[in-house]
Amino acid sequence: MLELTLFYIASAVALFATVMVITRLHAVHSLLYLMLSLLSVGVILFLLGAHFAAVLEVIIYAGAIMVVFIFVIMMLNQGQKTIEQERLWLQPKGWIGPALLALILFLEVLVMLVQGDISGTGNIVNSKQVGMALFGPYLLAVELASILLLAGLVGAYHLGKIIRKTARPEENS
Amino acid sequence: MNGILIEQSLLLSIALFVLGVTGVLVRRNLIMILMSLEIMLNATGLAFIAAGSRWGQADGQIMFLLILTLAAAEVGIGLGLTLQIYRRFHSLDTDSINKMQG
Repeated sequence: MLELTLFYIASAVALFATVMVITRLHAVHSLLYLMLSLLSVGVILFLLGAHFAAVLEVIIYAGAIMVVFIFVIMMLNQGQKTIEQERLWLQPKGWIGPALLALILFLEVLVMLVQGDISGTGNIVNSKQVGMALFGPYLLAVELASILLLAGLVGAYHLGKIIRKTARPEENS
Repeated sequence: MNGILIEQSLLLSIALFVLGVTGVLVRRNLIMILMSLEIMLNATGLAFIAAGSRWGQADGQIMFLLILTLAAAEVGIGLGLTLQIYRRFHSLDTDSINKMQG
């Protein structure tokens, strides 16, 4: 039972990485493990036959959203002690665990690619079906999602500005 | 063969969701709380994908896409709020920012 074995390995990696996320003290360490947890969920999605969702998981979740987290952690850690902190964080015991687990996931993806069409539930939903449904019956949901993203963009721009105390106009009439 | 992985996938998504809830309840750092929220959203997305894959329908992946956009918007707003809170209170501890002033 190849799929079941691959699934169990990937889910063990996901659970372990998630437990490490909520127990690490350093934000960067737990961010590394969070990335690993998202990658292993992506492998599981690939095993379930949802290839499009697996690609989106890797690109958007483990790529874009994690980059935003890293930017914010960088902005919160300004100052002279940052270099010492970075030197501390780059020690091998910080990243050797995530690297090993990511290697396991990489081997698993290699096995899947060699094996060809693997889908644990027997159904592969390809991206053509998803696109047809997305721009057919779900068109309103797509528009609503775009409005949500626009609201998020405006809100993040407003919240990210530096609000000065003296910027408030005085009433001098 | 059909439906052999659906129970395991749902159990995994429940476990990931419970871990995310635990993270939200246990950690007091704002960035950690946002990461745990990401874990919870990811777990729900996994449940949707498992159900959609079980019946061979594309709806599960579309729900996953909507959850993805929700997570992106939530992270943008949440991290903007985090930056503002750090600028005003010089701390990310949620217990120390329980006094709001308008």
